[in-house]
Amino acid sequence: MRSIGKSFPGVRALADVSISVRSGEVLALVGENGAGKSTLMKILSGAQPADTGEIFIDGERAHISSPRDAERLGIGMIYQEFTLVPQFDAVANIFLGKEPQRGPFLDDADARKRAAALVAEFGIDLPLDRPVGELSVGIQQLVEIAKALAKNVRVLVMDEPTAALSEREIDRLFEIVATLKGKGVGIVYISHRMEELARVADRVTVLRDGASIDTRTVAAFPIDEILQAMVGRPVDARFPELPVVAPEAPVRLAVAGLNAAGVREVSFEVRAGEIVGLGGLVGAGRSEIVRAIAGADRATGAVTIDGTPLRARTPADAIAAGIAFVTEDRKAQGLVLGMSVLANTTLAHLERFARILGWLDVSAEERATEEMIERLRIRTPNAAQLVANLSGGTQQKVVLAKWLLGEPRVLLLDEPTRGIDVAAKAEIYELMVGLARQGVAIVMVSSELPELLGMSHRICVVRQGGIVAEFTRAQATPTNVIAAASGAAA
Amino acid sequence: MNPRMRLVGTIVVLLLLVIGVNIAAHGSFLEPSNIVRVLRQITYNCILGVGETFTILTAGIDLSIGSLVSLTGVVMALLANSLHLSGFPLVAVVLLAGIALGAGAGYVNALPVVRLNLPPFITTLAMMQVALGLSYIISHGRPVPLTSNAFNSIGIGSFLGGLSAKLHLPALPIPVLWMAVVVIVCSLLLEKTRFGRSILALGGNEEAARLAGIAVHRVKTMAYVISGICAAIAGFLYMALFSTGSPQTGTGDEMLNAIAAVVVGGTSLAGGRGTIVGTFFGALLIGLLDNAMNLLNIDSYLQKVVLGAVILLAVALDEIRKRYLAAR
Repeated sequence: MRSIGKSFPGVRALADVSISVRSGEVLALVGENGAGKSTLMKILSGAQPADTGEIFIDGERAHISSPRDAERLGIGMIYQEFTLVPQFDAVANIFLGKEPQRGPFLDDADARKRAAALVAEFGIDLPLDRPVGELSVGIQQLVEIAKALAKNVRVLVMDEPTAALSEREIDRLFEIVATLKGKGVGIVYISHRMEELARVADRVTVLRDGASIDTRTVAAFPIDEILQAMVGRPVDARFPELPVVAPEAPVRLAVAGLNAAGVREVSFEVRAGEIVGLGGLVGAGRSEIVRAIAGADRATGAVTIDGTPLRARTPADAIAAGIAFVTEDRKAQGLVLGMSVLANTTLAHLERFARILGWLDVSAEERATEEMIERLRIRTPNAAQLVANLSGGTQQKVVLAKWLLGEPRVLLLDEPTRGIDVAAKAEIYELMVGLARQGVAIVMVSSELPELLGMSHRICVVRQGGIVAEFTRAQATPTNVIAAASGAAA
Repeated sequence: MNPRMRLVGTIVVLLLLVIGVNIAAHGSFLEPSNIVRVLRQITYNCILGVGETFTILTAGIDLSIGSLVSLTGVVMALLANSLHLSGFPLVAVVLLAGIALGAGAGYVNALPVVRLNLPPFITTLAMMQVALGLSYIISHGRPVPLTSNAFNSIGIGSFLGGLSAKLHLPALPIPVLWMAVVVIVCSLLLEKTRFGRSILALGGNEEAARLAGIAVHRVKTMAYVISGICAAIAGFLYMALFSTGSPQTGTGDEMLNAIAAVVVGGTSLAGGRGTIVGTFFGALLIGLLDNAMNLLNIDSYLQKVVLGAVILLAVALDEIRKRYLAAR
């Protein structure tokens, strides 16, 4: 891929990026979230068109304008989210859309024979005749690989293939990667896990802010230099100054022995007026921790607010105890898009506006909403506007308005500035500082390293569901946070 | 898109239809007596549709309402015949018993939906069969004629007959009054109360509603309970109209027509968007169409074809307009 450029409205996702992978080689593609890895691979797979640049396959200029083109050219993709039909067995999944036929009918016997030959050729060991939904994630990934191989791939892209695998499954995956290399397949391997690179990759390309920064052989690219290339510039000063947390400030939120799906034995405390950042890789369990505290998922363990333990574990109980939870995905979990700014703002605190027989005092709702619109500078023509018609940043402010209406004591923010413009980001940071001054305890999950470093008094790094490291503001550097997150001994 | 704008579309179609038909029928269509006739005819469909609106707003459905009309009708008739009461106390006891039965059936409908996350299509389909079977068992398969005449005035009586006679207007039938009360009460419930807001929120985004602390299970259950209560009220009015509780009352197109009224009235089957007033106008549109085709002597089989086409057209137009607005 040469000189690839891609812009989205308001964002330059890729600028003049070039990468190459040779036959029988593994190229590791690394970079922070948002560095442009996914966009680059979407262009390669035909999911999105490039604005500029060219793609060559085996020396020939390739025109890829749809996933079909990419498939025809022998480009295979294995995404983090699988594309399998869980009810079908491995054979049916491998040949999905190109089933062997005899006349008008499916030729199951032939499909089975060909699938068996395929997995034998690449040394993949998997049960062919069970619904893949019943198989472990590791085995499902093998089915994905077999599915790609059935299309005679020349280039295989693997996006964080080990994210959900056990150590044994990772070993098996690497054996298969070695076999593929032996067969002359070129592999683009995207990973956040530094410790894997030396085992699996031949060369490493680092992307940052939509540009290719450096490419070297793995032997000539020590991990600390890779991390430096990934992070690049020092954290910039666009963050407001955080208020000092008084050493005698009381503990507002105490979490002890929290366990949930994806969360193992998490314990930490947040003082009044303190902002604690939860760092770590996507899928490390950060969101799961805040969801468990907010009562969104089933969990065990103790959550204590101002010394009072939370008893039952539903969102309503958490809200009553003074917890506000701004979810990661505002459209799927935060907002009712078809409802007005007003209805969304008051949704979590309707009891405050309900009079006899549940009758809602709309003028009180209007007053409260107008107040929030003013306080958070929500850019909406009026309170009756449907939130679906607002920009991402404005929508995020409506979510915040909903939670601030309850004057929370604990604020949980999951990726509070994802996908919003710089101006709205700055306003949200200011707001966080203001709340901290008022004594609100804030827990912020963020995948943006500068934000994590710039907006936290303390950073807890989460890996595989547990807190593996903790840094004070003074101790935290991009390098040691990334190193802790990826499990590298840096 | 705003449900009110959808409603405007329905009303415009309605007006055009009314004017066109009135011209074709030489003015007989807009005669007060004909209007009242239409209102009386749509009463049952409208009340059922109002109940159905609540379940559809939660992105669910209630297929059992027709059978519940039969079951509550039969049970109420048997109860009325066995009680040693008369006049208003009899009517009140029978009605309350019917409403309790409808509410209970709605609760049973909702239980597997909220507890086991079963699709409401299945649970209410099962209830549809169970309730119908029970109504035949209880009545031994025969209509149950009422022995008391306490219900007559509710079924066929008129409201303020003297006053309307003075004004040379047709009297308003009592069932139409019931419809008005159901529409107004339910409309206020949906638009003005915390419960209504919760229904719309969970239909629009259940996860966001849950995380906002809304008791989604309870709210959903209430939607099915209301649907059951509306079915019981329709069952009560049918029983009063025919002076009989019959297991066959709700076995025709009642349920499908109610769903049609909801959908034509602009409520989204995906949940979260819709109004009770819209359902009233949906029922009115279907009723007027029926009536117009009768006045114009259109073959009754062809009427079904037209009705089907109108339902499809109404929803398709709505979808097209929605896309047009979204694309702007």
